[in-house]
Amino acid sequence: MIVLGIESSCDETGIALYDSEKGLLSHVLHSQIELHAEYGGVVPELASRDHIRHLVPLMEQTLQQAGLTQKDIQGVAYTAGPGLIGALMSGACVGRSLAWALGVPAQEVHHMEGHLLAPMLEENPPEFPFVALLVSGGHTLLAHVTGVGQYEILGQSLDDAAGEAFDKTAKMLGLGYPGGPILAKLAVKGVAGVYRFPRPMTDRPGLDFSFSGLKTFALNTWQKLQVECEGQTEKLEQGQADVARAFEEAVVDTLSLKCRRALKQVHCKRLVIAGGVGANQHLRQQLKAMVKKEGGELYYPRIEFCTDNGAMIAYVGCLRLMAGESKALSIDARARWPIDELPSIRD
Amino acid sequence: MKLLALDTSTEACSAALSIDGEIKQHYQVAPREHTHLILGMIESLLQDAGLKSSDIDVMAFGRGPGSFMGVRVAAGVVQGIAFAHSIPVVPVSTLAAMASVAMQETGQTQVLAAIDARMKEVYWGAYCQDEAGQIVLQGEECVVAPEQAPVPAQGEWLTAGTGWASYGAIMRSALGERCVGSLPDCFPSAEAIARLAISAYQNGGAVTAAEAVPVYLRDNVASKPKSAL
Ligand SMILES: Nc1ncnc2c1ncn2[C@@H]1O[C@H](COP(=O)(O)OP(=O)(O)OP(=O)(O)O)[C@@H](O)[C@H]1O
Ligand SMILES: [Mg+2]
Repeated sequence: MIVLGIESSCDETGIALYDSEKGLLSHVLHSQIELHAEYGGVVPELASRDHIRHLVPLMEQTLQQAGLTQKDIQGVAYTAGPGLIGALMSGACVGRSLAWALGVPAQEVHHMEGHLLAPMLEENPPEFPFVALLVSGGHTLLAHVTGVGQYEILGQSLDDAAGEAFDKTAKMLGLGYPGGPILAKLAVKGVAGVYRFPRPMTDRPGLDFSFSGLKTFALNTWQKLQVECEGQTEKLEQGQADVARAFEEAVVDTLSLKCRRALKQVHCKRLVIAGGVGANQHLRQQLKAMVKKEGGELYYPRIEFCTDNGAMIAYVGCLRLMAGESKALSIDARARWPIDELPSIRD
Repeated sequence: MKLLALDTSTEACSAALSIDGEIKQHYQVAPREHTHLILGMIESLLQDAGLKSSDIDVMAFGRGPGSFMGVRVAAGVVQGIAFAHSIPVVPVSTLAAMASVAMQETGQTQVLAAIDARMKEVYWGAYCQDEAGQIVLQGEECVVAPEQAPVPAQGEWLTAGTGWASYGAIMRSALGERCVGSLPDCFPSAEAIARLAISAYQNGGAVTAAEAVPVYLRDNVASKPKSAL
């Protein structure tokens, strides 16, 4: 079955074609980063407007890359939530109508399930069960995954998501937009151990996270440093990198510690990282080392499938369509949609 | 020619099918239900006519102005269907469609169409029917404060649309006795869009699915932060 996938939940328009037999056929992505940069964050109405301008051209491009035409599409999957309602609705309207006109089934896809199963698109995909660490711009959660649609949430963030904490801290440090990857790049130049940030919620049992305090800690450190380094540009620059480093280490340490706890709790050896923060090299390295020490294995998607993309949507849509699910002749999208409300599928 | 038109730009949701100029329509005033209704409306129109979506020669949609989300719903649905079968699309002004509805209803030939645009503004357009029966825009469509609405200095006009319901007292003062009637609850309809699209199509007014995008009129939707020092 060849499925066209549409992702438009936030600030990227992603389209892909997935074949249940041959795997991923093609995928394209249009990022709106530049559009929102001057506003310092995603402007929902501008995001919606941009999606509706780009969806059709990107679908044309995706088909062309695969050497296919509209008539080859056997199912259409689109992100129906969670995310920005107007952005989601753009993709849902196009996707649901396209499926209807082609006379093929349509499937709503949960954006976070897309992220969660993105590692399945790689060559050596993890087998069920596994523990998944989902760290993105809007979510931080640990789940015990025993099958498609079988997600037991083990822990989640009580305040900021990990990506959000990266972005907000970057903003405070006066770095550009979007801050996460820029902060991570700067952290490489920082010296480890100059500052010691707290590891929130690691001193008690449990698998929940809290990252908003780290952001405040970073702000205080940075403000003090600015006073100390007045007029000494070079020293301030190095200090900024040291703060970035300390912040990143605190986040990575915390995530790593909770992942180890989660693996132990459910007696599992396989760990999957997904979501935009999963692109962070330090996080990958440290988790790899931790899992190795525990005698397990770490799985993650290629960098471009860590952040939003159409491939993960086409993939999940294909799985669920093949299992017999489909969406009625109505167009829906939801800003909120708890992942543990998803139905499980049999294989 | 088989033309399928739809509109979801205001509180009304409608779809219309024109077969060689004979138009059938489904129309419902159903705020917030558009995305649940529109595809069903389209399917039932086609079924009643014994047609498939691939039989459609031309599509048309209310391209705005109107609710941002609403005009995107129409654009998105049209894009999906038109892309599936490479069907040409005629984007039609929702203000022109309202003027057409008002003219049909009253027999008047000059209409000031105004949609309440919220934020103390209206979407505005003045339309006249010419001798050939074409509906012609006078000046430009705009989004404007009711006090600044470009009410024509001459002629007799029918006023139509939710803009007049909200700001009639302000806008009508410049019109005085030249106001020949008022339809404050007039909405655009797919039927009117189909009528307008037939002639626009014959005049080369069609675009591709990729180009079937909304016209919002209001474009300053976000303010830039004062540059951080
Ligand atoms: N190398 C990196 N290091 C740290 N954070 C990163 C890195 N690269 C990306 N990020 C962060 O990842 C986030 C974006 O990831 P993603 O696209 O998965 O999130 P989202 O789609 O915005 O949120 P969600 O999927 O929860 O709705 C941003 O917060 C970004 O700063
Ligand atoms: Mg995402």
